[in-house]
Amino acid sequence: MKKAELLKVYALMRLARGFEGRAAEQYLKGRIGGFCHLYAGEEAVAIGAMWHLRPEDYVIGSYRDHAYYLIRGGDPRKAMAELFGHADGCCKGKGGSMHLFDKGLNYLGGYAIVAGMCPIAAGLALSAQYRKEDRVVLCFFGDGATNQGVYHETLNMASLYRLPVVWVCENNYYAIGTNVTRSSAQESLARKAAAYNMPVHVVDGMDFFKMQSVAERAIAAAREGKGPSFIEAKCYRYRGHSMSDPGTYRSKEEVEYWKSRDPIPHLKEAIRNDFEAGDDEFEAIDRQVAGILDDAVRAAEAGQELPVEKLYEDLYAD
Amino acid sequence: MPKISYRDAINQALREEMQRDESIIIFGEDVAEYEGSFKVTRGLLKEFGPRRVFDTPISEAAIIGMATGAAMGGLRPVPELMTVNFAYLAMDQILNHLALMRYMFAGQVTLPVTIRMPGGGGHQLGSQHSHSLEVHFVHTPGLKVLYPATPVDAKALLKAALRDPNPIIFLEHEGLYNLEGEVPEQVEPAVIGQAQVLREGRDATLIAYGAMTHVALEAAALLTGENVEAEVIDLRTLRPWDKRTVMASVAKTHRAVAVEETPPVCGIGAEVAASIAESVFDELDAPVRRVSGKDVPLPYAKHLEQACIPQAEDVIAAVRRVL
Repeated sequence: MKKAELLKVYALMRLARGFEGRAAEQYLKGRIGGFCHLYAGEEAVAIGAMWHLRPEDYVIGSYRDHAYYLIRGGDPRKAMAELFGHADGCCKGKGGSMHLFDKGLNYLGGYAIVAGMCPIAAGLALSAQYRKEDRVVLCFFGDGATNQGVYHETLNMASLYRLPVVWVCENNYYAIGTNVTRSSAQESLARKAAAYNMPVHVVDGMDFFKMQSVAERAIAAAREGKGPSFIEAKCYRYRGHSMSDPGTYRSKEEVEYWKSRDPIPHLKEAIRNDFEAGDDEFEAIDRQVAGILDDAVRAAEAGQELPVEKLYEDLYAD
Repeated sequence: MPKISYRDAINQALREEMQRDESIIIFGEDVAEYEGSFKVTRGLLKEFGPRRVFDTPISEAAIIGMATGAAMGGLRPVPELMTVNFAYLAMDQILNHLALMRYMFAGQVTLPVTIRMPGGGGHQLGSQHSHSLEVHFVHTPGLKVLYPATPVDAKALLKAALRDPNPIIFLEHEGLYNLEGEVPEQVEPAVIGQAQVLREGRDATLIAYGAMTHVALEAAALLTGENVEAEVIDLRTLRPWDKRTVMASVAKTHRAVAVEETPPVCGIGAEVAASIAESVFDELDAPVRRVSGKDVPLPYAKHLEQACIPQAEDVIAAVRRVL
């Protein structure tokens, strides 16, 4: 990969990480309500998985969705405004943190029922296949989803119909507070998926390079009509399940171990190894990202709420 | 005018709309090679091929979720759940995804999915195969719920569903599949949300839908022997429902009886009665009465099952009480 591309990856990681920091601040100030699930630590998974997508491909995922939206090209202003519950949010404040969406970007939503978006992803792939469109679907979910019934129904059907979908399982080891060893009889989520007769990959989700390489293969297979693939990305979320979870079920040592493998310094080092890159280049990106995020927060602070008179809009299509 | 069955009317609507609209696809359990467990999809695989009509595993939640996704991608899926009873397995996908996504994503998606589901009791199929679940769907904003009572309406309402841009629950009563009725060669799509007065009368209004429409009609015919002329309204559409037609009729007859196959608690009859009380209370000469299914799971034994499902004599008794 070229240096300019890698710096773009770096900027995206900073943006996704930085947005979560701002979201946490605003949440603690009481400006963001409800649930707020932060993606910090898992950035390499989403960026690596999406790196080889084309604009016409579909992305769909779980409720830990700020990063999916931003990496897909979503406007940080619209994301922050949505968290604030404002009219200029990407869903006019009707969705909230867990339900970001942008039709124009083919980012087709964050969904807050575990595994609930899996059959919807299969349906998107079915429409692409039926209409002979050159599109693939990337579907993100966590380890917890692999214990849901509809997940297994869907993996079976997607494989049966050879649908162009890539299943990206973010195995961060915890479904809220329950470790995967306490929830899944088969600890290898890849082996679980392999039962449905599709290629499976296990990858270090803290490593952008490995992640994008595996995703590239899986996406290419889907594009070539070879059907779905499954990627188990082993990763970690630094924060609790949501802002209201202090995460006391994990040891300090465990959290520190994963933080020592943080994808951002790892990427920085890799760029430095392969190219001439001074601190000033990274700092310039950091400043630029901070500016974008400051602007998003300022804009959200000044934003307007949707008038209650518009409560009934968007329920039915004409 | 040719007489055809309710089953064939639905089949005709599917065929004609599929000829007209390439984006319509049908999938579900045994809908293709087996031609539907009630043979409603007979001949469609042969005519339209396996791309447009295909069988699925027994995976109700994924069937509905896949329909939602396919609709988001630009298709018009018409999934069949073998019976409405199996909708319980797909309720998360129907109520917590399909129904609310357009709203939650602020109008960015259009989800033209029509879910066809046969249901209702009366065939000794036992408690798990005899449900009438319309109330669950009617309670949910974002859905439209249609329930035809006659062959011509089955065709007209299904055509309307297949041209509507919203998620639609299309309920078919298993006891009506063999019912024959006149259906013109050309049937225009019905207007969703419009009830129909099937029989005019001056003394009381019977409000019904689905199979109960026929029970209400039978009761009305018998009541003429007592010199009572009952008006019979078939709601046809349960969400939205046609308050205007119902209120106009009650303003004329001053008496109302709602007839439903489901248990009474929070049912369609309760909704109709409450709305009448709110809108035209002063017109009433007697409290609104409900004739509902009994408040138990449907039992197997024929006599017990029949005791649960409203019969014409139950409707007649209710009418006598409001007169």
